[in-house]
Amino acid sequence: MITFEHVSKVYGEGYRPALAEVTLQIDKGDFVFLVGPSGSGKSTFLRLVLKEEKASSGTVQVAGRDVGRLRSWKVPALRREIGVVFQDFRLLTDKSVFENVAFALQVLGRPRHVIAQSVPETLALVGLQGKEKRRPHELSGGEQQRVAIARAFVNRPSLLLADEPTGNLDPETSVGIMKLLDRINRTGTTIVMATHDDDIVDQMRKRVVELRDGRVVRDEDRGVYGSAR
Amino acid sequence: MRLGFVLREMGAGLRRNFTMTLSVVLVTMVSLFFLGLGLLVQQQVSILKGDWYDRVQVSIFLCGEVSGEERCPTGPVTTEQRDALRAQLEASPLVDRVFYESQQEAYDNFLEQYDDALTENVTPDQLPESFRVRLTEPDRYEEIREQFAGQPGVEDVPDQRAILGPLFAAMDGATRVAIGLAALMLLCSVLLVSTTIRLTAFSRRRETSIMRLVGASRALIQLPFVLEGVVASFVGAVLASGALYALVEFGVGRLNDRPDFTTRLVETADVLWPTAPVLVGVGLVFSVVASLLSLRRWLRV
Repeated sequence: MITFEHVSKVYGEGYRPALAEVTLQIDKGDFVFLVGPSGSGKSTFLRLVLKEEKASSGTVQVAGRDVGRLRSWKVPALRREIGVVFQDFRLLTDKSVFENVAFALQVLGRPRHVIAQSVPETLALVGLQGKEKRRPHELSGGEQQRVAIARAFVNRPSLLLADEPTGNLDPETSVGIMKLLDRINRTGTTIVMATHDDDIVDQMRKRVVELRDGRVVRDEDRGVYGSAR
Repeated sequence: MRLGFVLREMGAGLRRNFTMTLSVVLVTMVSLFFLGLGLLVQQQVSILKGDWYDRVQVSIFLCGEVSGEERCPTGPVTTEQRDALRAQLEASPLVDRVFYESQQEAYDNFLEQYDDALTENVTPDQLPESFRVRLTEPDRYEEIREQFAGQPGVEDVPDQRAILGPLFAAMDGATRVAIGLAALMLLCSVLLVSTTIRLTAFSRRRETSIMRLVGASRALIQLPFVLEGVVASFVGAVLASGALYALVEFGVGRLNDRPDFTTRLVETADVLWPTAPVLVGVGLVFSVVASLLSLRRWLRV
């Protein structure tokens, strides 16, 4: 699903590289934790996958596409295969829960009957049935993150990127979010989650890739948060 | 569905930045108003020129008893001189028709045109006889003038263009001022449109970032912003055309209705075509250019 080969990213001349010679393979259906201290290159990794940034050297392949050589007008098609969730949810505050999720389908020009069917389905999947008409500020943090996950997943992407999705949530709520991500992973969706949350990583026992100063220093299946602290 | 989405986004942007939208509309309106004014003055000039050329007659005044020594050294025109001039005129390819006006006819016309206080001391022999010549090509007026002025028996060939020249010059000047103001104001409106789009893009950065993330095409993300500028400019152009229409209808139109005012002036029909379409077209082109320029900078995908 994602292949990095000797990928480096330097943001400016004279700066330390944000990623240095990263080679990594993530297969379809994987659940991968990306751990490491702030500034270790986790966010840069995600931005390269989304083509928000361009690698300084090396090749990035996502869903069979050579992202580095992708023409700019083809970038939207790449992003349609990727769902993204953030620490700060990024919901539209003047739209209801239903409208927030439907927004992702509307901008892709999906017909009305498709929206009417898949939005309630996805809201049920994330456990928000009955709250379609609420506004984001009427929801708890955990519920808001569920809306964000529903929006990222409603188009059934094959890859879901999560950047510190539990960073603003208490431990109990975080567990609920992780159960939801696990459920989505079981539908065959690849999940890459950047996180600082050692409890969660230790509980889930998934593949762990640790970055430090832009380099992969550890990559183990069923790993723990470990030394990255 | 997607068209509806674009229109809703555009409407939301226009409402959210209502004061900016209003300023774009007003600045566009004022700039296009001046542009339209310039166009109408030019139309007036060409109407006047057309009318004047239709009417133009060269008057060749012949020497009489009262003509001075320096202009008519040979004294009053003789029959031979008069016949020679008429023959020359009739042979000239520039001449359409020739009328002869005798001193008596000149006197009769004079009586008709002016009131008694002026006419009571005038006798027919004080007025010059003349040839009135209608030209095939009024533009070549000067050639006839040069050919006949100074010939024996000719007192004067007055240049009628000298009367109208300053008027045309003044109107050309007015056009230049109006177009200059229009250019300045159009520059303002371009800057204002791009500032507005910048502000709108900033206030909607959350929406646009989500649109990018879920894979909306660049056109879909940018179109609402472009359309906002286009709609505001279109409204401005329509208002400017309306203002010009009112100006012609109630200002110039009143003059046209007066029976003693015979000069033809621009009419409301001249506003409707071609002025108004030109204004709308210029408004649209400028707003699209302004929005594309600012989108390249502020809304990269």
